[in-house]
Amino acid sequence: MASHLFCGRVNLNILREAARKDLREFLDKCSGSKAIVWDEYLTGPFGLIAQYSLLKEHEVEKMFTLKGGRIPSAAVKNIVFFVRPRLELMDIIAENVASEDKLHPRDFHILFVPRRSLLCEQRLKEKGVLNSFTNIDEYILDLIPYDGDLLSMESESSFRECYLESDQTSLYHAAKGLMTLQALYGTIPQIFGKGECARHVANMMLRMKREFAGSHTQILPVFDTLLLLDRNVDLLTPLATQLTYEGLIDEIFSITNGYVKLPPEKFAQKKQGEGGKDLPTEPKKLQLNSAEELYAEIRDKNFNAVGAALSKKAKVISAAFEERHNAKTVGEIKQFVSQLPHMQAARSSLANHTSIAELIKDITTSEDFFDSLTVEQEFMTGVDTDKVSTYIEDCVAQKDPLIKILRLVCMQSVCNNGLKQKVLDFYKREILQTYGYKHILTLKNLEKVGLLKPQSTMRNNYPTIRKTLKLWMEDTNEQNPNDISYVYSGYAPLSVRLTQVLARPGWRSIEEVLKMLPGPHFEERQQVPTGLHKKRQPGENRTTLVFFLGGVTYAEIAALRFLSNMEDSGTEYIIATTKLINGTSWIKSLMDSPEENLP
Amino acid sequence: VSRAKPEDDEYWNSSKFKAFTFDDDDDEFSRLKESKRAVNSILVDDDDDEEEEDGVERVSWSGEPVGSISWSVKETASSIRSGSEQSFPKIDTTPSLSKQGSGYSLSSLFKGDLYDLSPEETVRRMQKGRAFSLEKFRSLQDKLLLLDEAVAVYDGNLITAVLIYLKKSLSKEILFRELMARDVALRHYVHYLKEMGEQKLLVDVHILLMQYKEHLNIKDEGQRRDFLKSCLGLPFSQDDATHVQDHYTLLERQIIIEASDKKADAEIFKKFPRKASILNMPIITTLYYSCFYHYGESEGTYSSPENIRKTFRISEKQYILTALGARAKLKSWFDVDSLFNTKNWLGYTKKRSPIGFHRVVDILQKNSAPVNVLQEYVNLIDSPELKLSVALKYKCHDIVINTYRDLKDRQELVVYREKLERDSPEYRKIQELLNNVQIRWKN
Repeated sequence: MASHLFCGRVNLNILREAARKDLREFLDKCSGSKAIVWDEYLTGPFGLIAQYSLLKEHEVEKMFTLKGGRIPSAAVKNIVFFVRPRLELMDIIAENVASEDKLHPRDFHILFVPRRSLLCEQRLKEKGVLNSFTNIDEYILDLIPYDGDLLSMESESSFRECYLESDQTSLYHAAKGLMTLQALYGTIPQIFGKGECARHVANMMLRMKREFAGSHTQILPVFDTLLLLDRNVDLLTPLATQLTYEGLIDEIFSITNGYVKLPPEKFAQKKQGEGGKDLPTEPKKLQLNSAEELYAEIRDKNFNAVGAALSKKAKVISAAFEERHNAKTVGEIKQFVSQLPHMQAARSSLANHTSIAELIKDITTSEDFFDSLTVEQEFMTGVDTDKVSTYIEDCVAQKDPLIKILRLVCMQSVCNNGLKQKVLDFYKREILQTYGYKHILTLKNLEKVGLLKPQSTMRNNYPTIRKTLKLWMEDTNEQNPNDISYVYSGYAPLSVRLTQVLARPGWRSIEEVLKMLPGPHFEERQQVPTGLHKKRQPGENRTTLVFFLGGVTYAEIAALRFLSNMEDSGTEYIIATTKLINGTSWIKSLMDSPEENLP
Repeated sequence: VSRAKPEDDEYWNSSKFKAFTFDDDDDEFSRLKESKRAVNSILVDDDDDEEEEDGVERVSWSGEPVGSISWSVKETASSIRSGSEQSFPKIDTTPSLSKQGSGYSLSSLFKGDLYDLSPEETVRRMQKGRAFSLEKFRSLQDKLLLLDEAVAVYDGNLITAVLIYLKKSLSKEILFRELMARDVALRHYVHYLKEMGEQKLLVDVHILLMQYKEHLNIKDEGQRRDFLKSCLGLPFSQDDATHVQDHYTLLERQIIIEASDKKADAEIFKKFPRKASILNMPIITTLYYSCFYHYGESEGTYSSPENIRKTFRISEKQYILTALGARAKLKSWFDVDSLFNTKNWLGYTKKRSPIGFHRVVDILQKNSAPVNVLQEYVNLIDSPELKLSVALKYKCHDIVINTYRDLKDRQELVVYREKLERDSPEYRKIQELLNNVQIRWKN
């Protein structure tokens, strides 16, 4: 059922099971038949924890989306609201409760995810409905197992909250998530970190640990090291266009809670006899995780290596199907038939990914994509970052999507350690004149988080960072990579370089560069009860949990997986993050647009 | 931060001293519910043994007895302050009312007395959902210690709870003054006010852009304009002030233009009916509109391109691109032509463009300009390679042929001839060239 969680080095299914247990317990608290009213945002993250069947087993008979007015009629004993603690949602709930049929009252319950909120309960009280609830509870869903080596808090606005609004509540959730993790997988003896937020999280963890002293978990530590990294230590990486297969799927079609919606045309089922009469109009929805063998194989490859992998796979599959001609005896035929379901699954998986690859190729081979990528690579290698880019200017003149413009301008700023005042003013004016003055707010936000800034008197230190950390590799091999830089066809993500250097030879070798990057770097140790010290077998790898505070891209994950799989790396990585991001979703989260004011 | 006595006095005089209560009703029903919750929470919380020792009746945020606001199941933040990395100001004196630690023992002597807990202990109890009381934090100093303590545990709910108490018990001025020096708490406060629909208070916080942002919520353009006008007085930085001023001017003009164009009956409006209103469009879109419907109007009118260009300091490049787009759309090739005309000091006209002529050609081609118009601009492209590739792309045969002729490239001419229709004028032109014995071909 959750086979994708078993395949990693750490069995993340334990975490999933714990989350499911809590959910079952809450559902049983509201005894009798029930209907769940969903805050739509939550259905995605919950889908990673449980399927409908689990809910059904616990007498959930109906599911509705939360909206104003009366809840649709359903002959159930209980109505359970699954909501985020948001005031606007409380108003809707109050409306629901108030318009309930008085003749056939049902019991109401609220489950707040991830936490209860004083403000929300107060609001319900003001609306005079607080007393209508039999149960008000919270469901602590901090770190959600996303894949065999990946945990996500699925908290979209975490970066914005931490760096723009100075609201560090999500860091508190992160620390709590890490405590839960340690309760299940043992104390993590070593903590490293870089950045303000990393420092905060580490402080909170240590404090919680002290609080907790005495009740040591008697579990052999699974993780050797925790590395906490602030997103703002590496602002550059998410701005670059990801060039791995999974990264490009996310860049172009955006992966949400492990699912992607694709244009249906390429997925039309060819039915025999009728020549594609009715093309599907609904987008094709696919789940993407390592449970799918082929996807696990190609997701982290540079897109330029995907074609070859697909055609190789096609040969293997068609050869397997050819086998039927060799099957002579009843036993052989039987064996062949028993393998058929697996083979058919492989074939449809291949068909799907061939279609996706075609869709992506249409884009990556376009002139637009090429031009944009060229400019990105010029910036990352430090070419002309101190001048107005005519490419960006032309894009503005053509009214290309604003996010594309912002991504490029921010990238130039980051690669130049700030833009010359004249250049910055020029971009600002062009953007405001072409896209509207209201975007002053967005530009201000980008300045506040450091993505856009005027050059200070300080020297541009990006070239030093680039050279010391070898962020740009000239001879990147996309087909058979020997370095992480393959994920961006030349650029090695800074965050992952930091991770790599930490493992070997250690951060002491790059003290100078660490000082140039924002926020403190630190190391902490946590006491592990005697007897629980891990005795490593010779040749056994270390396990490091890398936690990206403020988001991580698929390309960075690919780079870490590449390091895990390197023969002599000696370290395997598990990745945790507040949210999976790409440049577009990230910039979007920092924008102040009118749409945001709508509920 | 040193805090002089007079300030404290000021506080005492202005403080309202209201107890922190949301609600006083203590009806049967809620008590029933509470007992239910209490039962539940006993099962959940296993490290709450000391609960029994306190013997304290559980009290909720609102002061009523409660059992289960358990913020966490297994872990809770400790009362120990994290020593380093604090980016907000802290008061360095010890609390005036209670000493850390002593509060705890006192409360065990006087069971049920929550009035002697330190800020640390109080925050800890709040986190665990235990009984606590905020009213005992009376002096400004104590209140701020409490706030700093709440901020130090990064718990948004807790910070908000303390802020609500401070809002009730402190005068507005003092609260804002203190918040200005506490960024994290300030942000939470702004967020809280927004949620509660009390943005008006924000004017006091001088969060100017927040104020400006409000315009997005105003639907009626007249009101929106007036609102923007009221923003002009806010002490923005020079940079922002210019943008806000421009925004206001733009909307003001758009309203005037819209009112008159709505009932306009000029030929152009009949021929190309307006698809949408111009209100709230970006400036470049407004300029395009003006170049489309109001081209050639005298500079004195608000709707004329020249006026817009001057008022909003639009760069030459942007202006030419926009005007070119609009006039090409209308297929006014004459207007297009005059856009690039410049007279030199002898009075000769010369074609000049701030954008490359290859881009001019792109735009014209997108608006399906006839070949003779295209050719004219292709010819103006400086670089011969670029000129040839553009000419090939848009099939400007004459230019291609002439270029190959100038390059004395016979082979390319032969190749190109094959792509043409037999006996077309271009075909014949190549034929003639190839037959011309005067030319010394390079191949």
